[in-house]
Amino acid sequence: MLCERCEENAASVHLTRIINGQKEEIHLCEECARKSSQLNSDDTDLSFQSLLSGILNHKFSNKESSFFSNNSAQKLVCPNCGMSYHQFTEKGLFGCEECFDTFDQKLDNLFKRIHGNIRHNGKYPLSFQQKLEAESEISELKIEMKTAVDRENFEKAAEIRDKIHAIKSDMEDDSNEA
Amino acid sequence: MRHKLISNWQTETGKEKDVILSSRIRLARNLKKYKFPNKSTQTDKNELIENLKLKLEFLTNDGFDFYLMKDLDEIERLVLHEEHLISSGHTKNYEAKALLLNNENHISIMINEEDHLRIQILRAGLEFYDIWNEIDQLDNQLDQKIEYAFSDKWGYLTSCPTNVGTALRASVMCHLPALVLSGRIDNILGAVGKFGLTVRGIAGEGSNSEAELFQISNQITLGFSEKEIIDKLESVIQQIIAEERNSRKYLLRNSYQKLKDNVLRSLGILKYAYQLEEAEALKYLSRIKFGQDTNLIEEKLDQDLFRKLLFKIKDAHLRYNFDNQLDQKKLNIKRAEIIRNILNEE
Repeated sequence: MLCERCEENAASVHLTRIINGQKEEIHLCEECARKSSQLNSDDTDLSFQSLLSGILNHKFSNKESSFFSNNSAQKLVCPNCGMSYHQFTEKGLFGCEECFDTFDQKLDNLFKRIHGNIRHNGKYPLSFQQKLEAESEISELKIEMKTAVDRENFEKAAEIRDKIHAIKSDMEDDSNEA
Repeated sequence: MRHKLISNWQTETGKEKDVILSSRIRLARNLKKYKFPNKSTQTDKNELIENLKLKLEFLTNDGFDFYLMKDLDEIERLVLHEEHLISSGHTKNYEAKALLLNNENHISIMINEEDHLRIQILRAGLEFYDIWNEIDQLDNQLDQKIEYAFSDKWGYLTSCPTNVGTALRASVMCHLPALVLSGRIDNILGAVGKFGLTVRGIAGEGSNSEAELFQISNQITLGFSEKEIIDKLESVIQQIIAEERNSRKYLLRNSYQKLKDNVLRSLGILKYAYQLEEAEALKYLSRIKFGQDTNLIEEKLDQDLFRKLLFKIKDAHLRYNFDNQLDQKKLNIKRAEIIRNILNEE
């Protein structure tokens, strides 16, 4: 008899499962049986429903414990859109980009519970990339400028200073345009 | 509406189409300096729409149509929702909402939904990598015209904390009849949850989908790159596809007669029924798709029957294509008629 899963090796493990009175026989080779038992040990105690309610309760307990027990956090109000911290926890929505800065101290905890992570690791907008590149170019130029000054090559230092100014004013133009 | 509303994407063929009906990726984006839709006034929202209409003109010059949701007929909004091109939220409180839709009806950009922009691309079959390349490029094009709300700590800033970071949600619609019939579905879907993914039954509650259709999507958006999120989802889905195919083989070996009887009875009902409710029709169509994918049906039927009918037999589509005044009783009769005609002409 061939293994039902890979259909290549001979089946040497024979399992009988009875679920809700329905008998099911499974014939597997050793390798597939090992893979399958790993899967089974993962899913025996965990139905989708229990998982979903787990996630919901997680958010709920987060609200209860860390949001409401903290009085100073409750008083936070976003100066831009008027969203209070209390409203935010009720509504579950940020009102504007500045809410993020306003509620900053509480967000790592919140994101940890929702995502298991607290920092972005994905793509950046182009403007942000350019800003990062410009900043790193400026810091390199500053080192060059310092070296030039140390060597008393003031003409070169002045040249570099002008370059830095040019990059900075480019950055300002860009952000004004946007 | 200038647009031809019936989508092409669901009739294309795609990878792994015996199990995966369609894939979708959506990105949530907000603009700097504007309050998010849940805190902004109608005036703010209309100003944002006007601004975006100007800045995104390059899209309307390149195969996209721009619509104010309030200018569409009720039935058009419902058809768009049935085609998965807009959310149900976008069919309600539509005073200051807008939509950009491309000519092939597989790219849509909702304006003033929960976030300023919801960009989404749909394709038939399992096509995450193609979709990601396409949506990444589109996102970059938009990025050159507008400034996104972004923080280096938290990534793309979204209304809901569950979207912050990449603001990317990738999902597939999959057909898992053998996993349902063999009773393995709950265990497998439970295991899926452990990988930070969500499963939802379509046309039914929880995991009891009558049509054996499920949507699987990523839950986590922060802390991983877009590519990592998609890789993880793709690898879990590949395993589900393998499990479904194994279960099909297993069922065919062990309950061939019973299955064949069940599939052919479903075919018989659809060929002769005079009235069909939507859920009922979907349930039998699902069996027929299963019968086609496992060669239990010898009769020559259109291989893409399920995909072609999936949307066509929904209420809003029937009213849009035939008569807007159809009541529920007449809809059920019309639905049965369409299915009957297609099955009997083959």
